[in-house]
Amino acid sequence: MRHIISILLENEPGALSRVSGLFSARGYNIESLTVAPTEDATLSRMTIVTSGSDDVIEQITKQLNKLIEVVKVVDLSDGAHIERELMLVKVRAAGKDREEMKRMAEIFRGRIIDVTDKSYTIELTGEGSKLDAFLLAVEPGLILETVRTGASGIGRGERVLRV
Amino acid sequence: MDRIATDVMELSGAEIVVRCLQEEKVEFVYGYPGGAVLYLYDELAKQDRVKHILVRHEQAAVHAADGYARSCQRPGVALVTSGPGVTNAVTGIATAYMDSIPMVIITGQVPTHAIGQDAFQEVDTVGITRPCVKHNFLVKDVRELAATIRKAFVIAATGRPGPVLVDIPKDVTTARTVFAYPQDVPMRSYSPVSRGHSGQIRKAVQMLLEARRPMIYTGGGVVLGEASPELTRLVRELGFPCTNTLMGLGGYPATDRQFVGMLGMHGTYEANMAMQHCDVLLAVGARFDDRVIGNPQHFHQEERRIIHIDIDPSSISKRVKVDVPIVGGVKEVLAEMLAQLAAGGERPDAAALADWWKQIEAWRSRDCLRYDRSSPVIKPQSVIEALYRVTNGDAYVTSDVGQHQMWAAQFYKFDQPRRWINSGGLGTMGFGLPSAMGVQLAHRDATVACVTGEASIQMCIQELSTCRQYRLPIKVVMLNNRYMGMVRQWQEFFHGNRHAESYMDALPDFVRLAEAYGHVGMRIENPADVEGALREAFAMKDRLVFMDFITDETENVFPMVPGGKGLSEMILV
Repeated sequence: MRHIISILLENEPGALSRVSGLFSARGYNIESLTVAPTEDATLSRMTIVTSGSDDVIEQITKQLNKLIEVVKVVDLSDGAHIERELMLVKVRAAGKDREEMKRMAEIFRGRIIDVTDKSYTIELTGEGSKLDAFLLAVEPGLILETVRTGASGIGRGERVLRV
Repeated sequence: MDRIATDVMELSGAEIVVRCLQEEKVEFVYGYPGGAVLYLYDELAKQDRVKHILVRHEQAAVHAADGYARSCQRPGVALVTSGPGVTNAVTGIATAYMDSIPMVIITGQVPTHAIGQDAFQEVDTVGITRPCVKHNFLVKDVRELAATIRKAFVIAATGRPGPVLVDIPKDVTTARTVFAYPQDVPMRSYSPVSRGHSGQIRKAVQMLLEARRPMIYTGGGVVLGEASPELTRLVRELGFPCTNTLMGLGGYPATDRQFVGMLGMHGTYEANMAMQHCDVLLAVGARFDDRVIGNPQHFHQEERRIIHIDIDPSSISKRVKVDVPIVGGVKEVLAEMLAQLAAGGERPDAAALADWWKQIEAWRSRDCLRYDRSSPVIKPQSVIEALYRVTNGDAYVTSDVGQHQMWAAQFYKFDQPRRWINSGGLGTMGFGLPSAMGVQLAHRDATVACVTGEASIQMCIQELSTCRQYRLPIKVVMLNNRYMGMVRQWQEFFHGNRHAESYMDALPDFVRLAEAYGHVGMRIENPADVEGALREAFAMKDRLVFMDFITDETENVFPMVPGGKGLSEMILV
């Protein structure tokens, strides 16, 4: 099953490789991983999307907690939560496709952030499934380049993850 | 004048490292010098509170620190230079990591400005060692040096222990700052538990009292956690059978009737059968690894309830689902169990227990460790039995890896913890002799035996030179069967008896080799001479004696649970 795990860790060199090394050494999946410093610059917040049986997920959270630089670990999938991912996609936008692409961006509540006479670069955010849907909706030959951040997640309501 | 006073207080990084080691009351640093650690060595040589032991290969430095730590409950310390110093040390570090041994490894690094330039003797030390340390640090600022070293000692020795590495670039050893050694180094991300959950402990005690076929299975955690007295009291109080893992030997006295021997791949018939057929299992400081329970599916075929005490939550329900997990220090948890048991006043069902013991005694009567005692060639088992008699069961015994290791574990009855020193997790050939050096240095007057084979010993044989330099009177008991015995055994059982590269050709004359290093060498070829030779050797209190026992080259280790099989599917003699 797919799980989305949030981690607070010391913002120190090497901390990221400890986490990624743990996943590769123990054969766990990483579907996506995002990380950046928090409002407290000594801490980083990481979101990992992974998949595995309940036993594997239990081991993943235990092993993460064992890392000295990891301060807190929460499996967001245990409760209501929000996930967002950012995608930048460069599409061919010439001739009849130009208007169509603009419409597609609007339908998906995307924004066109860069324009040439032959292309648009569109910014889209949403759950991963929405970004997938956009890519399916556009004719494959028109997609020139995509870049996705992977999911970031946060718990719903007043539940917070902090030190 | 003020400024001069401040200047006087400033120390170089190298001085700070040595001061830190003094503050930690480190007795020995095992190491090997090189370019990146020259300033450190310069400072070490200016004092005599911390003694440096010069090994002949960095792997041995770490194994020696490891043997020291295993035998005396204090972190071992190793010091090596950058690059090849580090890569040579990695085997030792991984060995300590797999067996959760507290250790601090200080490594030299190229100067900070050269890091990443592929400088001479540069490797990414924190990167290379990351998967086999509890934690590691690269210190780039001398002002962080003392606190980092303190953290390293704290992390290494608390919670589930393990090796911690501190990588120090050469320019940090010359940079200067004011020295202050902090006792407290708070880490918001590191706070190991010690007390177990009382409610869980209550549940566990209840479950133990309801058991009809109980079993207590304990591992290295009992040794590391100093919980042997509590465990012994609990086992006796309950009247239950107890087995130890390879790492846990000595945690419960082996000569006690309630001890059913080691379990696992080469465990006793009675231990493995009781493990498989018990209805309540108490696991203490053990981790259900593949060499212990064999195939987990097969283990699950029998219904039983499992209580698991461990300081590391990730060891619980990793390979085997557990009914009552208790995270905590084994010593604290066992003490609370004893207290609850005393307060409750209940006792297990005596009739059920008597039936269970009858069954266990029936298993025990198969005498699964028997061997041919009238053989005209020396049986390796008989050497260990004689070693046990000659040392009155009171020696520190280190071992290498292979058949000799299993025979030592099966036939030397350890009544105390920290007497059996071996590489259980990683299975590192070459561990025996250097770890014996660490043990002998920690216990100068104790009897230290290194049980080894002619294959393993050659992986760190250069340390005979270190033993000579420091006059370490280790007794090397080598079971020489001219084969990598355990490899040969597997080839016999599982590879059509084809001995691919497992024959040790062109062996040296070990007696003359030992003599060349300045030691006493002995060769024993006749079964009648075994005990006499051992007595003669152990009587030489101030000499290293290297005993080359020419043993039966066909002997195998039994019982054996073949890989992938279940605990009750043993091959017996």
